[in-house]
Amino acid sequence: MTWAEALPVAFLGLMGLAMLTYVVLDGYDLGVGLLLHRASDLQKDTMVASIGPFWDANETWLVLGVGILLIAFPKAHGMVLGALYLPVALMLLGLMLRGVAFDFRVKAQDGHKPLWNFAFFAGSGIAAASQGWMLGRYITGLAEGWVFVAFAAVIALLLPAAYVLLGASWLVMKTEGDLQKQAVRWAKLAWPPVVLGMGLISLATPWVSDTVRARWFSMPAFIALLPIPLTTLAALLGVRVVLNSKHVLGRLCWLPFALLVAVFLLGAIGLAYSLFPYVVMDKLTVWQAASATESLAVIAVGCAVTVPAIAGYTVFSYRVFRGKAKALTYA
Amino acid sequence: MDALLLARMQFAANITFHILFPTISIALGWTLLFFRLRWLKTHDDAWLVAYRFWTKVFALTFALGVVSGITMSFQFGTNWPGFMERVGNIAGPLLGYEVLTAFFLEATFLGIMLFGHGKVSERVHLLATFLVAFGTTMSAFWILALNSWMHTPAGYEIRGGEFFVKSWLHVVFNPSLPYRLVHVLLASGLTVAFLIAGVSAWQLLRDKVNLSTAKALRTGLTIGAVLIPLQIVAGDMHGLNTLQHQPQKVAAMEAIWETERGAPLLLFAVPDEASRSNRFEIAVPKMAALILKHDAEGEIRGLNEFPNAHPPVKPLFYGFRIMVGTGMLMLAFSWAGLWLYKRRGWVPAALPRPLLWGLAGMSFSGWVATVAGWYVTEIGRQPFIVYGLVRVDEVASKVPSSMIALTLALYVTVYLALIVAYVSVVRYMAEKPVDLPGGTPGGTADPARALASAAVHPSPGAAS
Repeated sequence: MTWAEALPVAFLGLMGLAMLTYVVLDGYDLGVGLLLHRASDLQKDTMVASIGPFWDANETWLVLGVGILLIAFPKAHGMVLGALYLPVALMLLGLMLRGVAFDFRVKAQDGHKPLWNFAFFAGSGIAAASQGWMLGRYITGLAEGWVFVAFAAVIALLLPAAYVLLGASWLVMKTEGDLQKQAVRWAKLAWPPVVLGMGLISLATPWVSDTVRARWFSMPAFIALLPIPLTTLAALLGVRVVLNSKHVLGRLCWLPFALLVAVFLLGAIGLAYSLFPYVVMDKLTVWQAASATESLAVIAVGCAVTVPAIAGYTVFSYRVFRGKAKALTYA
Repeated sequence: MDALLLARMQFAANITFHILFPTISIALGWTLLFFRLRWLKTHDDAWLVAYRFWTKVFALTFALGVVSGITMSFQFGTNWPGFMERVGNIAGPLLGYEVLTAFFLEATFLGIMLFGHGKVSERVHLLATFLVAFGTTMSAFWILALNSWMHTPAGYEIRGGEFFVKSWLHVVFNPSLPYRLVHVLLASGLTVAFLIAGVSAWQLLRDKVNLSTAKALRTGLTIGAVLIPLQIVAGDMHGLNTLQHQPQKVAAMEAIWETERGAPLLLFAVPDEASRSNRFEIAVPKMAALILKHDAEGEIRGLNEFPNAHPPVKPLFYGFRIMVGTGMLMLAFSWAGLWLYKRRGWVPAALPRPLLWGLAGMSFSGWVATVAGWYVTEIGRQPFIVYGLVRVDEVASKVPSSMIALTLALYVTVYLALIVAYVSVVRYMAEKPVDLPGGTPGGTADPARALASAAVHPSPGAAS
């Protein structure tokens, strides 16, 4: 592979990484938002406090992912976001409501707090469902027909459920007392639909896409790839087992979240394997969609310096706010 | 309505909504750093109260800026797909560097700046505050580099309709960047100056004075009084730069139809594009030539020299006058206010109420001037997206107009609701009594002790 061929692939990798990071990080934010309406008023404050210092930066990974799509693969950007115009707009409105509710819910008059709590919940739901819909449409290469629309609709329900599971395990990790016990119950409730949904998607994807079928169900690829679904299944079962253990309230409180991150990572690897070298399935390859080599090189230099720095200070920020979430105060 | 106009309206709605918040957060970040440093140096709790109150405003403002900024990052592509396909090699890296060097920096350190007290040392906290302010300023630099390049493209070559970079130095430091950057940063400073002065005046009028009101009012008036003359000079220089590179924009701003020597300055007129003339003119002879050419007999090229390639006249003509008029009010109020305040021995209660009402009324005057000026410069680039090279209609999306109209209606509804919510919450917060970290107003005067107590003092609903 020459330099000019490798560069777009590197950007595809970085874009995938940014999107995965976004889905995991804002995924727990959105999951917590979706659980907000089930909590008491005091619990709501703690839940929001557990994500308060992070959500801004978490959302920035979406800007980076879409930014790379726009910068490195402008043709794919036009095709994908043009076809997903309406769900993109809905997602943006959802993210907007959720984001501003963070601040308005504590700064507006007390009487308005329920309204902003609802905006927080509704915004999270709209954003999560829109993202699921877009993911479903994207996996099948934006194909037309009722089967594909139904497929997207199912994922539009599944992704919010997965976010709820992720958000609940975030709360298991970051809170204590009654809220933590409550979060374990929420996680247990969200677990069956998520597992069922993931199973359905795994079966349906090869069925709706010939390309995916050919990739996965041919020998010896099938055997070589078997560890991916098997590990995913094991991680999901692990989540359920840990949720039942009494240590989930103590020293293993981080484990469900960590296992779910592994599930998302494995899902991303599976998706990447299904798609590559397409940026838009069966329509546009990574090399057809890429910008000029010179421009990619300029951004690559910037990325080589800044992405490690970003990773570094993101870790720093999570370390500063490590441990159980406390009520947030300015000083 | 055609899809192009709808797409423009949607983008304009979004960018207008967005610019309101960075305009505040850029300068407010630096102001917070100032408040914090003053408190650490003087140990005067007034600065701490000011810091805490304006931190809340900052957090709210920042959140609104982030969410509307994310929307913009999508709309570059959804509304103008052809733009990235043609000039992506230039616009892409500039936007990329904004995300990489600014967005992550400000968003990550914001968490530490807002909630990190007691978890990090004061030194690290100051560094976090600095990085947030620096990040917002870097963000302005990169986006204005791109915006300026779209007005005064440089350092490029065109091969097969696509733009390629010849010199990054010339792309980034294109001819209009220095003027635009200074103009925008000063606008941010003035917006914050009048917001702080206006909110303080409001507290005085409503009898909701707190420990910080007097100092905040003085800070706001001082920043305003210092920056406004600088802004007038910078604006003048920006105008000269525009005349050099985009003569039709200036012709539209001044509603000059025919090329003429010694053109008058129109204080008021109703430009009529159908007859290509002005009605109801009130003019100062030779003044436009004097301002624009610094020569009473200087020649200014008229709009008729640019058939089908000049921007619409009315929005530029009126927009420019709104901006300049607001600037003149700012000059009058900040100087009069500061002078009176000093004469009355910095006792805010001694200030005349009409002055306070004027300042309170001008709380958001920075928004008016910024948006008006922004419209002048952006509509002034029409019909081009990259001045002289790429027309807007060549790069618009093929999305059906009904879809754009629907989302436009949704966006505008949400934006209007959020602006109303923002202004009313700032007002509500301004009227709320403030607590020091120690609990009672005027309690602890020791920054070190205050810090320690701030860290462990849980007060539900105090922040988010």
